[in-house]
Amino acid sequence: MHLIVVGLSHKTAPVEIREKLAVPESRMGEALSRLTSYSGVKEGLLLSTCNRVEVYSVVDDIDQGYGRIQEFLADTHLSLSSEQLTPHLYWHAGDRAITHLFRVAASLDSMIVGESQILGQLKDAFESALSHKTTGLIMNKVVKKAISVAKRVRTETKIAEMAVSVSYAAVELAKKIFSDLGHRTVLLVGAGEMAKLAARHLIAQGVGQVRITTRTPQHAVDLAEKFGGTAVPFEQYKDDMASADIVLVSTGASHYLISADDVQRAVTARMNRPMFLIDISVPRNIDPAVRHVDNAFLFDIDDLKQRVEKNRAERLQEADKAEQMVVEEVGVLREWMKSLEVTPTIVALKQRADEIKRSELDKALGRLAHLPAQDRELVEGLASSIVNKMIHGTMVTLKSEVNSSSGAAFVEAARRFFSLEAAPPPDTRGASAVEPSSCLSHETSEPLIEQAPSRTPSRKQP
Amino acid sequence: MAVVCFMVTMGLYFIATISFLAYLLRRSEALSKVSLAITAAGFVMHTLALVARMVGSSAAAPPSVHEALSFFSWMLILVFLAVEFRHRIHVLGSFIVPLALVSLISAAALPDTVPTLQPMFRTLWLHVTLSMLGTVGFAVAFVAGVMYLIQDRLLKSKRFNVLYAKLPALDFLDHLNQQSIILGFPLLTLGIITGAISAEFAKGAYVSWNPEQTWALVTWLFYFVVLLGRLTVGWRAKRAAYLTVIGFAGVILTLIGVVLKSYGTVS
Repeated sequence: MHLIVVGLSHKTAPVEIREKLAVPESRMGEALSRLTSYSGVKEGLLLSTCNRVEVYSVVDDIDQGYGRIQEFLADTHLSLSSEQLTPHLYWHAGDRAITHLFRVAASLDSMIVGESQILGQLKDAFESALSHKTTGLIMNKVVKKAISVAKRVRTETKIAEMAVSVSYAAVELAKKIFSDLGHRTVLLVGAGEMAKLAARHLIAQGVGQVRITTRTPQHAVDLAEKFGGTAVPFEQYKDDMASADIVLVSTGASHYLISADDVQRAVTARMNRPMFLIDISVPRNIDPAVRHVDNAFLFDIDDLKQRVEKNRAERLQEADKAEQMVVEEVGVLREWMKSLEVTPTIVALKQRADEIKRSELDKALGRLAHLPAQDRELVEGLASSIVNKMIHGTMVTLKSEVNSSSGAAFVEAARRFFSLEAAPPPDTRGASAVEPSSCLSHETSEPLIEQAPSRTPSRKQP
Repeated sequence: MAVVCFMVTMGLYFIATISFLAYLLRRSEALSKVSLAITAAGFVMHTLALVARMVGSSAAAPPSVHEALSFFSWMLILVFLAVEFRHRIHVLGSFIVPLALVSLISAAALPDTVPTLQPMFRTLWLHVTLSMLGTVGFAVAFVAGVMYLIQDRLLKSKRFNVLYAKLPALDFLDHLNQQSIILGFPLLTLGIITGAISAEFAKGAYVSWNPEQTWALVTWLFYFVVLLGRLTVGWRAKRAAYLTVIGFAGVILTLIGVVLKSYGTVS
């Protein structure tokens, strides 16, 4: 059982590749079942956002798993060949895969470090994997942990405090022009997604009045209702501009809707009260010459992006703290993952059995001191054979189920039935809390432990 | 006593100035607290210095230029601390404290025997105090104007640097500018009226049209127009900021004129 991830992100692949690989919500079910139909792929989760496409999977064999998932990705889009894809992909397994997922969830790997969208996207991806039953014990645990790590990072560092998005950057800028947004009026021209988001942020910040105009009058009325604002006829918005402190423009028009003269007129009508104009449209809808109008402050999408970049630099400092948390949490999960391995479980099981046998024998033999040595050996033999027969079935089942899809569940079950603590991994066994049998365990575990080292390194990145 | 306190004050303001200027460029909130603490300590010393001096001097003696400038600086810091207390705008200190320091250094550079004017009348105290209070208003307006112009420039050129992050919102600066002039202007008006009355008693004429008096009247007229323009035709924001910066240059020139003239009469 190995957790692996194969994928590409904004760091490794251009948008042309990413958009081809992106899996829309509607085709998620089909993609997930195709993924888990590959042999050796036990669990699967598909994280597909505009900035990344990643496949998280639990597989029997790391290298084989890499191959399968690469195949899966190449099959996602007809025009993509495996050769085209390979240079953009990254592969991680074991701890590195977990670290990667934690970093993604905590938004440390995002284009805008600290943005919060990715967490929601991961939750959605997890939801759909759950509903299509493509996750199991390991994936569920790892993803849930990733979500809780992300939350911890958000509450314990300042990573998300500064403008997280282009739309929020607009609010930040507005606050450098107007100290109190309470009595301010926002005019929304057009209803692009980003502008709506920005308007929503502004309303959340307590902006006084919202006025909306769109080319389709009904659309404006609907939006006005949604935002608790007023609709303005599209023919009138230029006259209406003078009453607006903040003008948010985002339409699909291919030309300038607002000229420098329009803005100059508005500023004059406002008796030089400053005006904040945000043009989120591409192509731009406000003439850039507005820059030369005094007391009018125009920002376009690139300016907002630049602002976000700046914040990003500050966030990177906070990100260092977050990285530290990720390392810690990966350590916690690593211990749990180890506990799921069959070999150490069998070792622990034998240890536990021997421990019980030894303590019961000591008690009984203490009272049987009168028996001759031969008989005492017989009693010991009896105890050993009962114990061995008792655990034999469990050990055989564990060994045979190790490669089945529910192998991890069997291990977990065995650990709980026999109260085997998950904490002491095989290599720290000597220092564990079970002192009475610590000497015994050495002999019993000898033949088994030789397998352990051969498994452990395989979890590291090949 | 007064001299020692004065010297200590100057030292503290000097350190506060450096600290506040460093705060301007560094991303450190702790620095602002340190700067504020030093400024507050300086203010207390300054108050002691002023009280000690008042107790020491005879009431009849005319206020010296030294005292006037020292008082100006004290008022400036008082206003800063009041605004800081209400609005928590530390960066204001980076502009006002250096100004207060310059004024104190000028005070120190002048022998404290140089009187503001020839001893003429008891109302001279009133004239000097009111004029200085008016000047404090204009000084704050000047600082708000400078900050406005910097922030305006940063926003227009889209340079989102440390300074941008620290400067307050434009409308706050514009408001501060307006309030300072609204408070400063009547005080200066009263200062000029009391001065004219004193002159009438002493020389028999309200105005003798010497250069510094003329310049003072020009400055007063200038601020009158600025205020009127703001309230009627919308001379606010960037234009108001420019005008108050220019106006303050007029105030400084008047003060220099007064000092030079007084210096001349002594030597």
